[in-house]
Amino acid sequence: MEVRVDRDRCVGSGLCMMHVPAVFDQSEDDGKVLLATAHPDPGLARSVRGAAGRCPGRAISLHDGGTDAAGRAESARQ
Amino acid sequence: MPRRPGPAPVHTRRSRFDPAAELRRLAAERPVTRIGVGPGDSEEYVWLVTGYDAVRQVLGDHVRFSTRRRFGRAAGTAGTYPDDYRPDDMIGQLMDYDPPEHTRLRKILTPEFTVRRIRRLRPRIEEIVADRLDAVERAGPPADLVEQFAAPVSGAVLCELIGVPRDDRDAFLRRARHHLDQGRGRQARAAAGAAFSRYLAALIAGQRREPDDGFLGMLVRDHGADVTDKELRGVCVLLMLAGLDNISGMLGLGTLVLLEHPDRLAELRADPGAVGRTVEELLRYLTVPHAPTPRTALEDVTVGGQLVRAGEHLVVSLPMANRDPVLTAAPDRFDPAREPSAHLAFGHGVHHCLGAALARMELVIGYTALLRRFPGLRLAVPAAEVPFRLHTTAYGLERLPVAW
Repeated sequence: MEVRVDRDRCVGSGLCMMHVPAVFDQSEDDGKVLLATAHPDPGLARSVRGAAGRCPGRAISLHDGGTDAAGRAESARQ
Repeated sequence: MPRRPGPAPVHTRRSRFDPAAELRRLAAERPVTRIGVGPGDSEEYVWLVTGYDAVRQVLGDHVRFSTRRRFGRAAGTAGTYPDDYRPDDMIGQLMDYDPPEHTRLRKILTPEFTVRRIRRLRPRIEEIVADRLDAVERAGPPADLVEQFAAPVSGAVLCELIGVPRDDRDAFLRRARHHLDQGRGRQARAAAGAAFSRYLAALIAGQRREPDDGFLGMLVRDHGADVTDKELRGVCVLLMLAGLDNISGMLGLGTLVLLEHPDRLAELRADPGAVGRTVEELLRYLTVPHAPTPRTALEDVTVGGQLVRAGEHLVVSLPMANRDPVLTAAPDRFDPAREPSAHLAFGHGVHHCLGAALARMELVIGYTALLRRFPGLRLAVPAAEVPFRLHTTAYGLERLPVAW
């Protein structure tokens, strides 16, 4: 799974960071999302999907990372 | 003399913890319905949006749905005001701004409300909550949890955020509440509003001279040249407006929900770590704001299968959207164990509540401390006698008599 964020869409709620701090961070300069990693551990896939679904700016998108079988299967289920 | 309120618009009606039956009937028929608002001759028609997907579409599309009031187009005043006219008391009130004007102001404010910045307030909020719980203990049992706890906690935290000195807080909050109280006459509200506004102007002037490390001080230090005093005042008014009734409503109603679900309350007492999840479910289940600022369609657009014409107004029901089975299964059941949902209690899109992180932390601290302080908390009156608060912009309780 590859995570991408659109900082123009981000409204700075910090919800993703509260939800999955291993993947998302919030900038102290502009309050917007920062990615700690674009390729989270497959074990976090469910939480990351949850964070993407709850994002009030719809700023988080998930893509097929294509790097391993687990990543492809994860994206296929979305 | 308090003005006698007319029948409440359908989207603000409730029945205990649920949206009112007539609102649910409308929502069951279609996601977007035409309703009349305003009494008698002044009645006008707006689109009521109740379906989850339709609500997300409207709130998520600031290009086609504007929140700005247009005075030039108001009945009887057409052409009187230029299109960009904004009265003084709306300056700085973010809900009245569309991008890119909105983007400029919001950009300045967002860094002041990050999760980390808000967490710095935690010790002060814990202190405020503990003080109020002491007051509850002194007052009872029985004691009114709205008067002694829910209302003063929400007020004190906002004062803490804005930086109102302790000695000024009672007078400041009294004026803010009188200004917001729709049960009061227009003149009394305006007078309280003017005094409230003058106080804020003096507070802002003080911070311009000698900024401290609070929210206003940081704002003028970092962005002093980019924001006017009137804008800062409007932002403070907006924070009070958005914070007071919503937080007080959630603390009171949320406690009543827990007391009426003893099994869920026992589970929460056994696992205090579940309070975050419980808060999310209470936010969804209760959704105390009836509706965000009405939207105006800027072009013809189809919402929930309904064609809405340019210039027509839309009122969005957040409580109904959060009871849509599209969002979560069995939405009418209070179930803290459910997966946290993409609920809309804080809105959606560019106007998503700036203070959401503060509200969440405040509620977690408030419920946690309340339950810890009173292991035997219970209602002091039959549940049917707890009065619900109507005719306010956010739902809540008039009183919550409890014993322990």
